[in-house]
Amino acid sequence: MGEFKVHRVRFFDYMPTAIRAMAFNAHTERLALGRMDGSVEIFNFADRYFQEKVIPGKDSRSIEALCWVGGRLFSAGLNGEITEYDLENLRPKYSLEAYGGPIWTITSNSQGAHLAIGCEDGTVKLFEVLEESIQFERNLDRQKGRIISLSWHPSGTQIAAGMMDMIRVFDVPTGRAVQRLLVDRGFGGSKSRETVVWSVVFLSDYTIISGDSAGKVQVWDGHTGTLVKTHLVTKWDVLALSVSKDESSVVVGTSEGTVIQFQFIAPTLQQQQDKEWVRTRTFKNHTHDVRALAEIETAIVSGGMDTQLVVRPLLEKFDERSHASALRKIQFPHRNLVFCAKKAGLLLFQFPGQLELWRLGESDGHGKPGDSLPLKRKPEKLLHLKRKGEDHICCSALSSCGGWLAYSTMSSVRLYRLQTDNNDISISKVPKLPKILRSAHQLCFSSDSSKLFAASSQSSVLVIALSQSECKYVHTLKPKSGSRQPIHLMTNSVDGKWLATANSDCEIHVYNVQKLKLHCIVPVYGSCPSAMGIHPTTNNLTMVHADQQIFEYSIVEKQYTDWSRKLQKQGLHNLWLDRDTPVTHVTFNPKNPEQILLHDMHMFCIIDQSLPLPDQKTQFYNQMTLRSLSEQERPSHLHAFKICKTFQDLLSVSLLDDQSLVMVERPLLAITCQLPAPVRQKKFAT
Amino acid sequence: MAALYEEFTLCGLVQTQNASDSPIQGIERDGDSDHAVVTDSTRSVTLYKVSDQKPLGSWTVKQGQLLTCPAVFNFQTKEYVVVSDNKVIRVWKDEDLNLDKAFKATVTADVWRVHSAPGGEPVVLFQRGAVRFLDSLLSAPQQPIEDVLSEEEVIRWSTNIVAEEQHFVLFTTEQKGECCLYVQRLNPNTLQKYRLEREDSGASPLSFSASLRDKHLNLLYLYPNGCVYQSVVAARGYVGLEGVQALPRSLRLRLAVGEGELGAASAVALDEAHVAVVGVPHPSARTGKDFLCIWNTNFQTLQAGKEMAGRIHGQVWCYLGKLFVPHGKALSVIPYDCQKSSLASALGKLRHTGIAVSKSSVAVPSWNTLLHGDQPQGPTKIVETRKSKLSRKSQSAQALTVDQVLELIKTGPVDEVQREVEALVSRGDAQDLQLSVGQLACHLVARSQAETAFYTPVALAQLVQTQFLCHSVCPGLLLLSLEHKDYFLCQLCLQLFPDIPEVVTCACLKTFISVPDGDVEMVSLEPDSVSFMEGLVAAGARGGQQNGFSPPLFEEDSCDANHQPKPPQDKKNHTLQLEACPVGLHKAVLLNEVLQTPYSDNFLLPHLKDLDTQQVILFLQYLQFVYLKYSQDVYTQTPGLRSPTMTQIIDWVCLLLDAHFTVLVMAPDAKGLLSNLQSFVKSQVKLFSELGKIESSLQELHKMKLSKDISQYSIEVIELF
Repeated sequence: MGEFKVHRVRFFDYMPTAIRAMAFNAHTERLALGRMDGSVEIFNFADRYFQEKVIPGKDSRSIEALCWVGGRLFSAGLNGEITEYDLENLRPKYSLEAYGGPIWTITSNSQGAHLAIGCEDGTVKLFEVLEESIQFERNLDRQKGRIISLSWHPSGTQIAAGMMDMIRVFDVPTGRAVQRLLVDRGFGGSKSRETVVWSVVFLSDYTIISGDSAGKVQVWDGHTGTLVKTHLVTKWDVLALSVSKDESSVVVGTSEGTVIQFQFIAPTLQQQQDKEWVRTRTFKNHTHDVRALAEIETAIVSGGMDTQLVVRPLLEKFDERSHASALRKIQFPHRNLVFCAKKAGLLLFQFPGQLELWRLGESDGHGKPGDSLPLKRKPEKLLHLKRKGEDHICCSALSSCGGWLAYSTMSSVRLYRLQTDNNDISISKVPKLPKILRSAHQLCFSSDSSKLFAASSQSSVLVIALSQSECKYVHTLKPKSGSRQPIHLMTNSVDGKWLATANSDCEIHVYNVQKLKLHCIVPVYGSCPSAMGIHPTTNNLTMVHADQQIFEYSIVEKQYTDWSRKLQKQGLHNLWLDRDTPVTHVTFNPKNPEQILLHDMHMFCIIDQSLPLPDQKTQFYNQMTLRSLSEQERPSHLHAFKICKTFQDLLSVSLLDDQSLVMVERPLLAITCQLPAPVRQKKFAT
Repeated sequence: MAALYEEFTLCGLVQTQNASDSPIQGIERDGDSDHAVVTDSTRSVTLYKVSDQKPLGSWTVKQGQLLTCPAVFNFQTKEYVVVSDNKVIRVWKDEDLNLDKAFKATVTADVWRVHSAPGGEPVVLFQRGAVRFLDSLLSAPQQPIEDVLSEEEVIRWSTNIVAEEQHFVLFTTEQKGECCLYVQRLNPNTLQKYRLEREDSGASPLSFSASLRDKHLNLLYLYPNGCVYQSVVAARGYVGLEGVQALPRSLRLRLAVGEGELGAASAVALDEAHVAVVGVPHPSARTGKDFLCIWNTNFQTLQAGKEMAGRIHGQVWCYLGKLFVPHGKALSVIPYDCQKSSLASALGKLRHTGIAVSKSSVAVPSWNTLLHGDQPQGPTKIVETRKSKLSRKSQSAQALTVDQVLELIKTGPVDEVQREVEALVSRGDAQDLQLSVGQLACHLVARSQAETAFYTPVALAQLVQTQFLCHSVCPGLLLLSLEHKDYFLCQLCLQLFPDIPEVVTCACLKTFISVPDGDVEMVSLEPDSVSFMEGLVAAGARGGQQNGFSPPLFEEDSCDANHQPKPPQDKKNHTLQLEACPVGLHKAVLLNEVLQTPYSDNFLLPHLKDLDTQQVILFLQYLQFVYLKYSQDVYTQTPGLRSPTMTQIIDWVCLLLDAHFTVLVMAPDAKGLLSNLQSFVKSQVKLFSELGKIESSLQELHKMKLSKDISQYSIEVIELF
């Protein structure tokens, strides 16, 4: 197969932010995740936990809690506003000042008619959910001390509110506080500190379960306001609580990074009637605070300060081992943050607040496989471009010649002209962009850098012509399907003729850019495409989906290629299908048209279409075996998937025009190192 | 080990016009060991009293005349000899004031050097290689002098060596880069020529130093590249062997020379193992070559080093434990001390290496003092400078001197002897004590052995505690203390003597075991060792519990699958053994001392057979008790307290079993003990087999490549198949 020179890049200091809140919509199987920087991510749990949408954050926005009402997503934060999100345009739809100071929590009743928020000033405010907006209805009795957590009784007539040192139960119709449950303070030195009731759930049998800063999980009788049981689970805080749909199980998240499950079961087999809440399992998948939790049908989803989203399957709910029964950790975004100018050897790193442009190093040495070559020139940071305004960067693009750079926030698109001669770089902002170009979900330059494509609302694509003197709006490409979903993938062909887009509805449109019209729609597949690319010579469109399926579609013939049919007929290897991170990049080797280069977080793969496909009995990861075989024996063991796991925690792989690979790694250890110190834990006899 | 002591300045030096020339031509000995005859490079000779740092006399030749050879002392006639203007030999006595009026004789050829050494007649070496006795030359000054050397051959260095019957003149010559050694034997006269091996660089040696050892002439020479070679020539050469012989050499030392080559450097052999080097960089100092270092050539180790202020001219003389080094504007005298290095001290096996060895070795007769027996000062003795002498004079007015005390010991009553010895020891002049302690102890022991009534436990204990004593200095001491049942002194000796013979160790052991407990308990012993033993016994008394955790009994821990369950009374017996120490506390303390005494098992084993069965069983029981205590983990050893190690205990168990195995097998009351000991062995074997099992894994860990430190960016090559 051959040798490759690899630029192993580890200087992209990508740092995800901590997870603050999450809400699971059981109906649509979407999980909404709020991070500290105010961004919201939507994961499709029905489609291999694919990160479908990302709503970029904003400096002034903070998210303390998220809440689904039907298909609508609301958030509330310490800036005192309630925000509803426009999930089709990936932006806040509107924000509403609640006039109660910072908002700690937001929750909807089971009917989906009202939202309740808990404010710093001690009020619980009720909002009516209207068709297009929400409207303030009334305050419940104002209390002394902030409202930290809220939970509606499923009937909608009562609300439990966690406060400082106590829990209040409100009668919703009258707005009166009907119960006052005093929560004990911690022992010893923490006696003088107020106990914060971080989380509370109100069950249909009027049981209230609370988690507080003294490390207790307490079970209360909501009718009488009496304490039923106290479980001291940690020396630190109990931060999050989540109840399963059938109310038979509650999970709590603690500052120690543990998730503890409580189940409503009978303590002995004889007394099946006398059920009580019993601590059953402890999961430790986090190193830091678990701030957000959701118990879904088959798994516990948790996230916190250590920035990763963990899906911990409940194994008793599975009959056989499958990808769904495996522990999933989602650490990296399922989209590209790295762009590579293949001709110029430049790398663009996208951060929420800035862009960094790097020039790769050089080496003139040759070496054996496994060698590190001496560096002739070190990599160099050419540009550090800070964004303007409060909105975070949602997408960016670098032309392959390295002459153009564009980025978009929610409110604006900016285009820059880059000129590099030897060591000097000059950047000039292109003034007077077409008015229609206000924001983009995806940006992409044509390979000859003459056009800029910007994915706009309702899956449409704006075509902008670029030249030295001006940039001009040319056309808007619109899909025929009328989908309102945003485009999350966009790629164009090297010859400049074709443009392919993919949206969250799993639709893939192919446009003829020269004729400026829709060429065809690829047959819709049930899983969202996670990466795609158009072959430079054959113009075949290769798509990889979140469920790991690979398709190759001939744009010219408007049908799947023979190779793709053969692959589907034979089926992919189980080891391929069981991988737990989606392929995020597809690229090709212009020198060797049979090669397709793919990567996910844990591996890099070259598919050689000329080689036989592996069947289930074939040794799938066979590079080590091949290495040990002699030249003569090798051909009989070859198969199409050549997988290299030398590089880990991959964010991007691209092939430069000089045939060298660029691997951008972001070691998880480096991310962990930058996290704040976790709470101190006693280990052994320390 | 070797040490350099505090330096002192003998005299100042006048800088010559040419800075690279040394202002000193030579330093020679006088009849008095404290004198030095210093000849400067121009016109004067000065006699110094070294310890007082003051000149005793000075002689100068007239302006225009030049001293061409260092003045020497004729040990036979007590006259000084010097050569001026190459041809004029002058001889004068101490009391002569003017050199011009001294005896003069002009010879026909240029003189290179006059050499003189104690016990030998002075010899004159001419520049063309001829050698004459001074007497015979002076009797006929105008006698013809033959040419030994060829035209272009010049003498670089010369010396003479007088030993027993033999008298040698050694000189090296240089001709066109080739160096030769001439050994001229006198009476009968033979001349042997040796060619030195050429150094690769072609350089000639910077300095030579010769000495006679074991009937061989050792020539030590230093090259500019830092190599120190030694060549050996048999003193009793083959008479009549003609022609030039190649002189084999061996590299003794390779000194780091830093940048460039050595310019002015010199090496002189101090004894068979030590070499003093000047003008060579110190290995741990960064720059400069102005160091005086003593190297051990056997171990290639630097033993002592001292920076000398100012330029070193590459000259060093060594007389009687003092090094004379001209440097900068002064001539410094540095007393040194070389002691025999032994493998034991190098390996750290000798006890109290730091203190005891260096101190106790003073008491061991040294070859140097034997050789130079007539000198009151041995080379190890630190030079007394005026200051220390003064301070001592004021002290010793009222108290008795060592000699007086020695006299007193022979006849005096116990009380007085005790008092005086005490007073002498507590006066504590360490240098004097080193010498006198051994004598005092020997005298005390001798008197005690002669007179049973005479015994001075306190004085003896005090002498032992000075740590200047060892068994070989006073062989009767330990046995005497045993005889008198002075267990405290026994303990001290066992603790402090590094060289107790195995037979004495065994005698102690036998006495300790057989002594009734009651006798020992009243004796006061060294408190640290007692408190250790108390701790050990108390650890058991607590019931073997720590943190509420009861460790499994040793027996259960080690028993394997087919181990027979023990009969109940045996079990009881076992636990009983666990708790009670089989010997009394103080007896145990004494036994511990025996355990910690150094021994060599080959010598110990025959003496162990002297013990009878009951003693062996008791000792084994005690060893088992200590072993169990240790292996239970209940007793955590207090650091700092002297205590027998686990290895020592196991070793003694093995030795005892080796010595008495057949007897023990037959003895019915040793049965339980033996089976217990067998379980020790089993557990040890098990432990070691477990360790053996993981050995390879641990080695793998070692071999495992350290994960490559991956930097922020690298360009690598991968291959896919």
